[in-house]
Amino acid sequence: MGNWIIDHGPSALILLVWTGINTFLFVYFYLFYDRGDRFFYTRHIIGSALSWARAPAAVLNFNCLLVLLPVCRNLLSLLRGSFVCCGRSLRKQLDKNLTFHKLVGYMIGLMTAVHTIAHLFNVEWFTRSRQGGFDILSTTLSRLGELENETYLNPVRDPNATPTYVAFTTIGGLTGVIITLALILMITSSMEVIRRSYFEVFWYIHHLFIIFFAGLVIHGAGFHLQETPTNPPHNFTVCKDQPLEWGKVPECPIPQFAGGFPQTWMWVIGPMFLYLCERLLRFIRYLQSVTYRKIIMRPSNVLELQLVKRGFKMEVGQYIFMNCPAISQLEWHPFTMTSAPEEDFFSVHIRSVGDWTEKLIKMLEQLPEGAQGPKMAVDGPFGTASEDVFDYEVSVLVGCGIGVTPFASILKSIWYKFKQSSPKLRTKKIYFYWLCRETHAFEWFADLLQVLEKEMAGRGMEDFLTYNLYLTGWDENHTAHVTVHFDKDTDVVTGLKQKTYYGRPIWDKEFQEIRKENPTSGVGVFLCGPETLAKTLEKKCVKYSDVDPRKTNFYFNKENF
Amino acid sequence: MGKIEWAMWANEQALASGLILLTGGIVGVAGQFAGWQFAAYGVAAGVFVCLLEYPRGRRAKGTSVERTGQYCLTVCVKAFGPITRNYYVRAFLHAALCVPGGFMLATVLGCVCLGIASLIYLLAAIRGEQWLPILPKTETREKPRESIKEPPQNPPPRPPADLRRKRLEDVEGAAYVNPIPVTGSED
Repeated sequence: MGNWIIDHGPSALILLVWTGINTFLFVYFYLFYDRGDRFFYTRHIIGSALSWARAPAAVLNFNCLLVLLPVCRNLLSLLRGSFVCCGRSLRKQLDKNLTFHKLVGYMIGLMTAVHTIAHLFNVEWFTRSRQGGFDILSTTLSRLGELENETYLNPVRDPNATPTYVAFTTIGGLTGVIITLALILMITSSMEVIRRSYFEVFWYIHHLFIIFFAGLVIHGAGFHLQETPTNPPHNFTVCKDQPLEWGKVPECPIPQFAGGFPQTWMWVIGPMFLYLCERLLRFIRYLQSVTYRKIIMRPSNVLELQLVKRGFKMEVGQYIFMNCPAISQLEWHPFTMTSAPEEDFFSVHIRSVGDWTEKLIKMLEQLPEGAQGPKMAVDGPFGTASEDVFDYEVSVLVGCGIGVTPFASILKSIWYKFKQSSPKLRTKKIYFYWLCRETHAFEWFADLLQVLEKEMAGRGMEDFLTYNLYLTGWDENHTAHVTVHFDKDTDVVTGLKQKTYYGRPIWDKEFQEIRKENPTSGVGVFLCGPETLAKTLEKKCVKYSDVDPRKTNFYFNKENF
Repeated sequence: MGKIEWAMWANEQALASGLILLTGGIVGVAGQFAGWQFAAYGVAAGVFVCLLEYPRGRRAKGTSVERTGQYCLTVCVKAFGPITRNYYVRAFLHAALCVPGGFMLATVLGCVCLGIASLIYLLAAIRGEQWLPILPKTETREKPRESIKEPPQNPPPRPPADLRRKRLEDVEGAAYVNPIPVTGSED
């Protein structure tokens, strides 16, 4: 339970506050338009459809303000940096920015639906009232504005207009249809199926948000919603029953109306400006020069790029976005960094998984030795760093499949810190578990482990790092291969001194071993892998932790790299 | 954007359009708007489009993700053969279905969305895509492979013969451990 509060508490709190504000806005504005005297006559014509349109509009204003902020990743990095003092779990919330963006997006979709449906009723009833389809008060109200010195209440001026005509000839109606259409296209192209397989479609169609915001800002500029000002005084409680006497009787002058001033721009102009700054910053980063220090082709079509950029500072476990104009002008792709902060360059390992990566690898394969690659732009670094790894005396690192990539950065950094006897490093022992279906495309990581193995042996520190490789996707070919080469000193699959295991680790045994070997330490367990494994490890941490704080205690940290 | 299958997006758009058309139709009928007959049409057309578009087609490349519970509809849609397989037919069908929705405000959004879906389907059809059902692979009982039926042809792996030769001068060094434990036959 305590773990849940630490892991999910801040997110739950933010969600609670967000939901609370949404609910408050909806209820407040619903009552404002449902009870306000200024709208008495409007309500007479269209009833509660007024409030049902205005309440989601307020929620929409709020959420359209919010939706742009989580995608200003440089702004978030700035926040993350300035709040170093605040707890790490709070800063980690900034890593869930895309989840929040999607949530706000769905709320916008939902509220748009409610708002549109309410307006369908509005337009229908305004039109019918203008044609005299309702009671005498309604007709009288709708006819106001026909004469020279009258202001109007009913935004439908032409008695022959149809609702469709009204929708497409008023500012509110036309912008409403256009931006709703833009929103629908944005939502259908951001479905997970489309996003995961055809990211470019999602990315380019999502830029319709420019049309969305432009239309949103002028959506209220038609002044369609009229309110009754207090001057001249028109007492509607008395006068509502004698509409035909208005202007003829002293206590009921003809009511005058004034349009409500559009307010949406006040909500969204700030975030729009911030987002513009963000895109400008990305453009500036795009112009900054990045030089290639080394280009290495690794086995299984993995490309390692070592790059240098002036003023670039990174932490362990962070990622960058890369853009190569020669491949695509507008696409930025994220990659976790595999170098340690102590190195004077930063590196990424790129696998061929799609159009962009394939083209990049092909281009660089054909480069002559020692030549500079195509112009590359780098944005970042982003992500909450994983410095916690250095705080524990004993660290257990578990990486699954591609999740092993950030551990390259961590392991290198730990080794550098150890060599420099850095005071920041409290780690005395590391257990590394690497789980993958096959080592295809990760041979470079095995190479890294080999290098570390050699260096540690050189210092007589073989015990510092214990690593266990688990191939979870073995078959008969593997077993045949292993049985023939059983007596070799190094592992046949990875070439490492420690042998590869087949199948999944038996965590109970592992935890017992670790506890036996480290009877008095605090052990930090770090996972980069699937949710199911996270649950398993969390349970084991609780099971094998001792009540006595002087004895072994396991602390589980789930990292989302 | 080389390898994109436009039909995937057209499908999402068409399903959304069906829902929007349906919702607009329900509003029009429930509110008894002028021209509610078009709204009633919207309900019928919306339901039809939703049923047609709910089963996702199989992707030509990569793994296909089913929608929950789409199996029954997959079978129904598949039964119409070339009419549902061909995307030109779908494009023209959606274009035709969307027209009556344009006559009433409540259904006009559904009409435009469906029209856009129709255009994307047309693009998919021009690129030669077609709808193939996602059906579970029929389980073929794997015939046990030959080697299980027959006794082993090869001896178990052991070090080469010259290592196994009795070396009287170095009895200790000649000892070796069988990689696969050898058990005596029990019969």
